[in-house]
Amino acid sequence: MKIVVCIKQISDPEYFPQITLDPETGSIQRDKVPAILNPLDENALEEGLRIKEKFSGTLTVVTMGPPGAREVLDWALALGADEAVLLSDRAFAGADTLATAYTLAEYMRKMVEPDIILCGNQTEDGATGQVAPQIAELLNIPHVTSVSEVSYVDESTLIAKQNIEYGGYLKVKVKLPALLAVVKDINEVRDITAEGIMNASDKEFKTLGAADLEVDPGCVGNNGSPTSVIGTFKQEIDRQKEILTGTPQEIANKVLQKIHDANIL
Amino acid sequence: MSNNNNIWVWIEQRNGKLMDVSLQTLGKGIELAKHLAGKVSAVLIGDNIEGMAKEIICYGADNVYLVADPGLKLYQSRAYTRIISELITMHKPDILLMGASNIGIDLAPAVAARVKTGLTAHCSDLQIETIDNKPQLVATIPGFSGGMIVKIVWNEIKPWMATVSSGVAEKPDFDETRQGAVVKVDYEAKDEDLQIQTVEMVEREPASMPVEGAAIVVSGGKGIKTNEEFKLIKDLAEVLGAALGGTRPARDAEWITTDNLIGSSGKTISPKLFISIGASGAAHYTCGFMKAKYIIAIDKDPSAPIFDMCDLGIQADLNEIVPCLIEQLKSS
Ligand SMILES: Cc1cc2nc3c(=O)[nH]c(=O)nc-3n(C[C@H](O)[C@H](O)[C@H](O)COP(=O)(O)OP(=O)(O)OC[C@H]3O[C@@H](n4cnc5c(N)ncnc54)[C@H](O)[C@@H]3O)c2cc1C
Ligand SMILES: Nc1ncnc2c1ncn2[C@@H]1O[C@H](COP(=O)(O)O)[C@@H](O)[C@H]1O
Repeated sequence: MKIVVCIKQISDPEYFPQITLDPETGSIQRDKVPAILNPLDENALEEGLRIKEKFSGTLTVVTMGPPGAREVLDWALALGADEAVLLSDRAFAGADTLATAYTLAEYMRKMVEPDIILCGNQTEDGATGQVAPQIAELLNIPHVTSVSEVSYVDESTLIAKQNIEYGGYLKVKVKLPALLAVVKDINEVRDITAEGIMNASDKEFKTLGAADLEVDPGCVGNNGSPTSVIGTFKQEIDRQKEILTGTPQEIANKVLQKIHDANIL
Repeated sequence: MSNNNNIWVWIEQRNGKLMDVSLQTLGKGIELAKHLAGKVSAVLIGDNIEGMAKEIICYGADNVYLVADPGLKLYQSRAYTRIISELITMHKPDILLMGASNIGIDLAPAVAARVKTGLTAHCSDLQIETIDNKPQLVATIPGFSGGMIVKIVWNEIKPWMATVSSGVAEKPDFDETRQGAVVKVDYEAKDEDLQIQTVEMVEREPASMPVEGAAIVVSGGKGIKTNEEFKLIKDLAEVLGAALGGTRPARDAEWITTDNLIGSSGKTISPKLFISIGASGAAHYTCGFMKAKYIIAIDKDPSAPIFDMCDLGIQADLNEIVPCLIEQLKSS
């Protein structure tokens, strides 16, 4: 079975308040913010490793990002991925979800033809959750998002539990090749081992650019993005902004008075 | 055919019931259509849904594309994607909106990828602005730094697509006398549709009071670190008869569920009273309650941005202030 797991490096959410947006391009300025692996992508990798253990095969991790994104790929190799691919090129910069999905899909179509693709359900910095279904659609294969459980009918058919509102779910029967975007409940992520870290350095690592993938230059990066940011603006916030002082009892008293005066309850 | 004024809304139904978020999204579509002197069409897919098509017209759609088939009773992702994409290719709408239910956000990106158009998620607003002398759809999303917003536009490829979260728009009024056209569209399953099949749908009722529609909402953030602290927040909600919501870190810590997440990736609400506790006031969070009538913020950090966004600010540890509030509320 050929398994591909898509992972993405993101800015550490702990530092979100310190992130600024470039006033010209509106893109996120991440310079001073540490990067981490998108948390749900850990679950995607874990699920990939479990599928590999079940059916055997090869597991490739791929990310599209700047050269520094290699870090997350090294981590995935240490956890048990067989090979890692970094899609990195100036031409890929400024991609919206469609251009990102196109680039990842072109890589898979031309170089792997996976049986199963795993993604996180969404990233914590973009949080659109759009890339995964768009990869699947561009490869013309089915996808399931919000997957919290998978069982296999046989090697080419699986049943996925797709979470919906308030703890409800859909049971979805899927023929491979297919893409699954997973949520946290799907598994417990294993720990990295010293042996894994040692083995990682012998594994194959490739960096591929626009020329290697023979992509349509009009479909990647900023050029291939049908949506774009036109600017950032200060929001007008018209609130009373009254700060209460005093002992907790006094404050609580005043709060009740205010609620009463404002005629809310 | 048209110039910017053909607005479509996919309306989701589950088990014969129209989804609220879809009707709210229809409300947004109607509002945009007013600006553009345009028409609003709904796309409705399912089985035994003619009655619902009429209902959608009463809610304000000018016409409804109705695709009914027993095989479409439940959400079928490939079939639904193909149906909507083919309708788009045939009728070329200018704007297509979908409610951001869990199913909506599964479907919308697939449709956008198939017709190769732009899609935005998590907007706190959508409006028409005149840019270069042309009416242009503009999506507003929260920026990172507190109080900042980012505006997003689409290029010339149509339809301009967006998913609209719960509470961003208002459900339109129901008018029984409204007239509109129901356009039936034939459906025949293809092999590709059947590569994926939803075989069962299990719906659940909310386990606790939902934040949407609640008059009072108490909302907790990362400031909640222990069970005792969470109990304080819960007790406060209880004495106020309030729904309990929270920030993304509060959701990640499992104090609340995603269904009660407040903000751009969750619910947008407009309660009479909103009490935020131990949440710093990130734009992705505050955009979810900016329409509340009255906002009280409790945070121990006096420089937290939340104090620029509230009516009443309490700069104190929640462990000190919340028990007093509960006590006084109980005795009043
Ligand atoms: C694309 C995107 C979408 C997002 N969507 C959402 C969303 O929908 N909703 C959402 O909430 N977030 C969302 N986020 C995350 C958001 O940007 C913030 O990271 C998050 O809202 C911060 O949550 P918080 O205020 O609880 O945590 P923090 O910012 O860490 O604030 C915790 C606060 O608690 C205070 N505190 C600590 N202890 C106490 C105590 N004992 N008493 C009183 N105060 C105390 C601290 O002073 C601090 O101000 C999104 C982010 C991105 C990038
Ligand atoms: N640049 C990227 N490289 C590799 N995978 C990505 C990238 N962006 C998104 N993904 C995958 O798509 C999922 C959803 O991302 P998003 O649509 O950005 O919320 C992520 O969890 C990843 O699995």
